[in-house]
Amino acid sequence: MRLNRQRQIVEAHDIRLESQIGEAERFGDLMRRMARENRLAMVSALVILLFILGAVFAPLLSPYSASEMDMLHRLSPPGAGHLLGTDEGGRDILSRMLYGSRVSLLVGVVPTLLSMALGAALGMLAGFAGGWIDALVMRLADIMLALPSMLLAMVIMYTLGDGLINVFLTLSLVNWASVARIVRSQTLSLKKSEYVEAARVIGVKRPVILLRHILPNCLPTLIVLFTLNVPAAILTESSLSFLGLGVQPPNASWGLMVNVGRQYLYNAPWLSFVPSAAIMLIVLAFNFLGDGLRDVLDPHLKNN
Amino acid sequence: MKQSLLRRFIQAVIVLLGVALMIFIMLRVVPGNPVATMMGEHADIDTIQRMTAELGLDQPIHVQFARYVLDALRGDFGTSYSMGKPVSQLMAAAFGNTLALAVAAALFAWVVGIACGIVAAVRKNGLLDHLFMGFSLLGVSMPVFMVAMLLQYVFAYHLHWLPISGVDSWKGYILPAIALGWNSAGSVARLVRSTLLDVLQQDYIDTARAKGRGQPGILVLHALRNAMLPVMTMMAMQLSSLLSGAVITETVFSINGIGRLAVQAISGRDIPLLQGTALFTTLVVVLGNLLADSLYAVLDPRIRREA
Amino acid sequence: MEPMTLRAVGLCAGIPTQKGEIRAVNDVSIDVPAGSIVGIVGESGCGKSMTARAIMGLMRSPARMTGGEIWLNGRDIARLPERQRRALRGSEMSMIFQEPMTSLNPVMKVGRQVAEAVRLHANVSRQEADRRAVEMFEAVGISDAASRARCYPHQLSGGLRQRVMIAMAMVCRPKLLIADEPTTALDVTVEAQILRLMRNLCDAGTSILLISHNLGVIAQLCDYVYVMYAGRIVEQAGVIKLFDHPAHPYTRGLLNAVSSLRRGGERLDTINGVVPNLLRLPEGCSFSLRCDACEARCAQEMPELREIAPGHKARCHLAEREAWS
Repeated sequence: MRLNRQRQIVEAHDIRLESQIGEAERFGDLMRRMARENRLAMVSALVILLFILGAVFAPLLSPYSASEMDMLHRLSPPGAGHLLGTDEGGRDILSRMLYGSRVSLLVGVVPTLLSMALGAALGMLAGFAGGWIDALVMRLADIMLALPSMLLAMVIMYTLGDGLINVFLTLSLVNWASVARIVRSQTLSLKKSEYVEAARVIGVKRPVILLRHILPNCLPTLIVLFTLNVPAAILTESSLSFLGLGVQPPNASWGLMVNVGRQYLYNAPWLSFVPSAAIMLIVLAFNFLGDGLRDVLDPHLKNN
Repeated sequence: MKQSLLRRFIQAVIVLLGVALMIFIMLRVVPGNPVATMMGEHADIDTIQRMTAELGLDQPIHVQFARYVLDALRGDFGTSYSMGKPVSQLMAAAFGNTLALAVAAALFAWVVGIACGIVAAVRKNGLLDHLFMGFSLLGVSMPVFMVAMLLQYVFAYHLHWLPISGVDSWKGYILPAIALGWNSAGSVARLVRSTLLDVLQQDYIDTARAKGRGQPGILVLHALRNAMLPVMTMMAMQLSSLLSGAVITETVFSINGIGRLAVQAISGRDIPLLQGTALFTTLVVVLGNLLADSLYAVLDPRIRREA
Repeated sequence: MEPMTLRAVGLCAGIPTQKGEIRAVNDVSIDVPAGSIVGIVGESGCGKSMTARAIMGLMRSPARMTGGEIWLNGRDIARLPERQRRALRGSEMSMIFQEPMTSLNPVMKVGRQVAEAVRLHANVSRQEADRRAVEMFEAVGISDAASRARCYPHQLSGGLRQRVMIAMAMVCRPKLLIADEPTTALDVTVEAQILRLMRNLCDAGTSILLISHNLGVIAQLCDYVYVMYAGRIVEQAGVIKLFDHPAHPYTRGLLNAVSSLRRGGERLDTINGVVPNLLRLPEGCSFSLRCDACEARCAQEMPELREIAPGHKARCHLAEREAWS
């Protein structure tokens, strides 16, 4: 009888908490607020959208074939015929950029999703379970973070071997540790919150608490981390490919284009600077958007 | 205080051992016999087996690891497959270049970053503030290779002011140092600006004004000393990331440093060399973080007393 | 007339915003006679702290002083260039703040912070400045002064820190000390000690302007009191007069709230309503919306600060002129 009443109270409390959050500011409202107050973030979102559209509709948008050589028009500078010039094989750079963006964007998004899933799962587990599981996960994270990310990526790439899939795997393995750390500390503070305590008192099962109470509360942080980790992944991939250790031909990514173009830096600088500028632009856009999201979703994260 | 530093030290040792083990295992699961790779296609099976035994690669993996760690403690990281020299010797030669580059980059990053951060904070929302903060955002968003190549193209190739590559004279360090320090300068500037603005809002700044200090004195004596606490920590950590993050810069400017050694190790499928450079770099990072922690403790009297 | 240490006339200060200027201090005139303690009392947000900061010249941007004269020891300092104004701070006028926890620089030894004030205003050696700092520590009742001077702020208790603040303010023997809620953050026993210390300082010849929302502190310490409401002085009188014959309904409300607490009565007497928005003050008397005795003209016409007895002024249409006694 008493337990029932308690459950009622907790559930009422719980519902109120959730509806309070819902009433206070729904996700859509938050986005609208950001759109109003932070024009830079909105412009950035637009830029990212344009890049995505470019990647998706690359075959339609490309003025030339991205792979067909044209030895008569090698290394021609940007101009009327070829908007961004041609490369050492006479291929249209704009077309190659559009196709290359598919790899460069995917490599930003897919590994980041994987590493965030891994990091969030391990972080919540460590924070919630505590004890030796916590110690193990966190020491593992320490070890991953002690190795500079470029070097870690290089070692993993060496182990896995070349190939696009391996680039994805490598980047996923590189970034999970910092996510795990942040999610763990959030889980720890949520664990102490009244409604999780209450849920525990009345015997709600642990997996349910994790999924229904802790995960939703970590979501804003995860969204912000996602927008900030995507550009980091893009940069790591481009650096790997720049060193010739990442994406291999015939696949094309912007980083690889810079790598190839470097041999022609002095007579055809656009070969490396056009893809470099694209990387910079997309990274800048994601950073602005991430900052904007952080300001509305999770101001506390600023100190991390 | 001593205790907490000791605890940190032990933690660092554990992390270091963990990294060593991780790298060790990862490099051992690479398909193919490394000795066969090293000796080339024409080596006969007998020789390969003899070499494998000689290098101890036929032993169980935990024995191999224990032997590796013990050797490493004595400064022996094995012999490079591709260059035929002791790894320690190769790294010692390369480390000088990397260190010089990292120190030059750190000097650039800190001097420029701190100066810009202070000016931006003092002239908040002014022209210089917007200019510097815009630059620092570009700093964190530009890939290192882009900065490096831009500098190379403009100042070395076009204007002939500085050498295109190599570090034969001190001039050779200027462009690489700027390229490598560019990112760090941006983040230092942002941190200096935000902490300084925060500190200038503190009550003790009012107290200093109330006793008749002028703006310059307040900035130097009261605000900067407090604002520098987090900045110092960041700078100590940056030193290690500059030391370990020079791969790209070293490649673009053809500087024979640790990073380039690691790239060469990968293309030469040279496990001892890759292992050695990775471990050495980790050591540098771990030491840097330890330094950052202890620096904070020394600088902040509140922490100095605690524990 | 007795010599005035401080005489502020028609002080105005405000914060410019997009919706217009917030007039946080509106035509405030305050006299602090030599050797006396004068109090300003009011709710938080009534402008008392900004008045203190305006007098010290310590406005925090974007807040700024917009008018008025500040006569310190017979000289108008309001229009002095910042350089000369700064030379006065710490030497002729000093200030202590509400939060002794955060008002001291955490990375500097407290003795050094006091010595800094000495060296800013007197051309003495570092050793001499340190010596004077320790001397001042003893004077404000810090035991074991020499070793305490070598402490960092976080090593001292709140009461000790406030004593350090007072030592810092007094080390150059200023004529005027402005104390902004000096005991609000301290517990009651420490509060009593600090108040006694301030009384001693006054007896030794320092004039004190005390800002507080605590009527008990005001009653204990002050000779003369100004009551502020919504940026204006609404009543001023000698301390006994004010407590015995409050003329303004706001003052009466404040006093009732306190005495109902003392009596431990069933119900706490409170003043109706909330502190008004300084951007949207009522047309007439600022207090009219919360006043029990509000009449038609109160809502239309801002009352003048009228003298109702010698040394007793009130800004209320209904305050009656007392019989001259």
